[in-house]
Amino acid sequence: PLSTRCCAPSRAAPAMNCRAEVLEVSVEGRQVEEAMLAVLHTVLLHRSTGKFHYKKEGTYSISTVGTQDVDCDFIDFAYVRVSSEELDRALRKAVGEFKDALRGSGSDGMGQISLEFYQKKKSRWPFSDECIPWELWTIKVNVVNLANEQERQICREKVGEKLCEKIINIVEVMNRHEYLPKMPTQSEVDNVFDTSLKDVQPYLYKISYQITDSLGTSVTTTMRRLIKDTLAL
Amino acid sequence: AMDTDLSSQDRKDLDKFIKFFALKTVQVIVQARLGEKICTRSSSSPTGSDWFNLAIKDIPEVTHEAKKALAGQLPAVGRSMCVEISLKTSEGDSMELEIWCLEMNEKCDKEIKVSYTVYNRLSLLLKSLLAITRVTPAYRLSRKQGHEYVILYRIYFGEVQLSGLGEGFQTVRVGTVGTPVGTITLSCAYRINLAFMSTRQFERTPPIMGIIIDHFVDRPYPSSSPMHPCNYRAGEDNGAVYPSVEDSQEVCTTSFSTSPPSQCVFTVTKAHFQTPPPVVTDTLKVPVMGLAFSHQLSSSRLSYQPAALGVGSADMGYPVLFAGGLNAAHPHQLIGPGKEGGVPTVPSQPAHGTQADQERMCTPLDGVHYSAATPSSSEDTETVSNSSEGKCGSPHDLLETIFIRKVGAFVNKPINQVTMANLDIPFAMFAPKNVELEDNDPMVNPPESPETESPLQGSLHSEGSSGSSTGNTHDDFVMIDFKPAFSKDDILPMDLGTFYREFQNPPQLSSLSIDIGAQSMAEDLDSLPEKLAVHEKNVKEFDAFVETLQ
Repeated sequence: PLSTRCCAPSRAAPAMNCRAEVLEVSVEGRQVEEAMLAVLHTVLLHRSTGKFHYKKEGTYSISTVGTQDVDCDFIDFAYVRVSSEELDRALRKAVGEFKDALRGSGSDGMGQISLEFYQKKKSRWPFSDECIPWELWTIKVNVVNLANEQERQICREKVGEKLCEKIINIVEVMNRHEYLPKMPTQSEVDNVFDTSLKDVQPYLYKISYQITDSLGTSVTTTMRRLIKDTLAL
Repeated sequence: AMDTDLSSQDRKDLDKFIKFFALKTVQVIVQARLGEKICTRSSSSPTGSDWFNLAIKDIPEVTHEAKKALAGQLPAVGRSMCVEISLKTSEGDSMELEIWCLEMNEKCDKEIKVSYTVYNRLSLLLKSLLAITRVTPAYRLSRKQGHEYVILYRIYFGEVQLSGLGEGFQTVRVGTVGTPVGTITLSCAYRINLAFMSTRQFERTPPIMGIIIDHFVDRPYPSSSPMHPCNYRAGEDNGAVYPSVEDSQEVCTTSFSTSPPSQCVFTVTKAHFQTPPPVVTDTLKVPVMGLAFSHQLSSSRLSYQPAALGVGSADMGYPVLFAGGLNAAHPHQLIGPGKEGGVPTVPSQPAHGTQADQERMCTPLDGVHYSAATPSSSEDTETVSNSSEGKCGSPHDLLETIFIRKVGAFVNKPINQVTMANLDIPFAMFAPKNVELEDNDPMVNPPESPETESPLQGSLHSEGSSGSSTGNTHDDFVMIDFKPAFSKDDILPMDLGTFYREFQNPPQLSSLSIDIGAQSMAEDLDSLPEKLAVHEKNVKEFDAFVETLQ
């Protein structure tokens, strides 16, 4: 069953709930990538800052984030993303894997992709660092098959309209100004932000996905299945 | 309530944030309606001059208009800043599409930290605005503008007026930011009743036979603007990132502190902008849709009568953004139908109260060619440009040229101006008649096809008939009275037609003819035993290969 996760409250700080948002879309196979990218990029637009540059006395300044318009080829839709090729590549890679998994055997075209923002909490040896999610976006996808060109044209428009609604939903959530991690000191910045990119700094995030197979049970990613099979030998 | 809680420094900072937030809001909205894809670059090190840490270009005209509308005030209760987006067709019909409202209400958040939380939330709100401006219906309309209509903007300050949006308009909230002096709200009210002009009417529904309407219409613009990355860093050194606005722009160099926000370091510097070198663009071919009006900037607010186009009221639109291209020396000079090339008389009283009721056109940008820095006089008292220099020649002629357009073959115009006699186009018989009924349209309901098999099908599979241009093919041809596009009977010989007819009946491929085919098959059969032997030798390799696949 596809469930949304909530994280355990962190030990020292006051109880912190992980905010979870779920979006659902029905798209044609060839629209999966663009639809996912549109949503993920819109979320990351709001959850990325410029690079922090720390100075003396604990102050920092922030570099500038550029943005650009992206037109979809298979959907009557356009969205804005941050101008960062690295980030775009990372998202495309994840979405590409998701799309392939959706198309693969054992899938009846239903799955979900999740974007989770988390904070790292350093633990003492021998415990490894904790990852504490504070916001989770889940996009449930249902792939439909269309019979003819006319239906495809209608689908282009309809999915475009749906995505407009999703963008409005995302912006609504962002506007609630709910919990955001505190701005970190220089030593803590890697526990809050992904500082590996050269021109933008998103909050630490991870993307995962699940495919529902035709039996209705959730099937985890290919890697896990392979390992299971190997062990079963 | 007195804002005794707010330190004077905080108050000053807050006012500045709100002011620049308002200016950036206008930039984002107008730029989103230009009809082009916007692209700005991220920087890896702080520039110190990008408000809200976002790369949003400042179009000087737009900033100027916004400042004029605000007139030194800030949004407050009952005083909202509104950006009105409207559509104007080439026939002069116009319609309000959206009103973007930046409002302030009384709900104060005294606890919030100005130079930290408010600033970051304003930045987030701008990002939301970037996203939302792409999802309202006007975005798609604006991406298709330039041909039959243009998108205009108008900034006003005061009471929000939503009555022009028609019935049932919808609103979308972009976001809110609480401050110690009130809550800033940004929202958009947009028309959904696009009755007399649905988006469909302006979409290029693909015509049959792949002929583009554009070929038959005089386009005032060059073909649809290519996507320009708005790389405004190009050609400028580190100091100046933006083209300068009239006054030297106060720049917020905000440093943030990770210690308690009260220790936030916040400096304001006046950036010394270099004036970017004036960019000389190519002479603009005529006018911009003929909706160009000469415009003088003077200290009084102006509204004046357009010379043509039947725009009755003082509302008018003009292309702001071609200012630079037209006249580098007088950046705000525009070509237009002045009165015989002279300056239109300026009424001493503005026609519409104290608001500057001037619409601006959001037209495609020609790359980054904005006007050079305006004269360094202060923003409100620009010298009057010499609009009398006859740059336009005969403006009325220009206007006329533009609006006599040939009607394309598949134009779906419900207007009676088009009569069959005037049409000098192929497929003329299929152009809509005065009463535009789909039933009568042969393209939609083709006449009964004759009993013989479809000639198209026949000709493609014809065997033996070699390139003869017999009458057969086109006598039975249902749809087209053989007049290929781009050729006219009386002017040119029908080369294209002949070509087309000949290739309706191509000669047989030689490999399909029996003799040659039989020959090669015999050869193949002979060589088979040899090939089999070779494969047998390598059978182990093949087996190993198959293993690896499993």
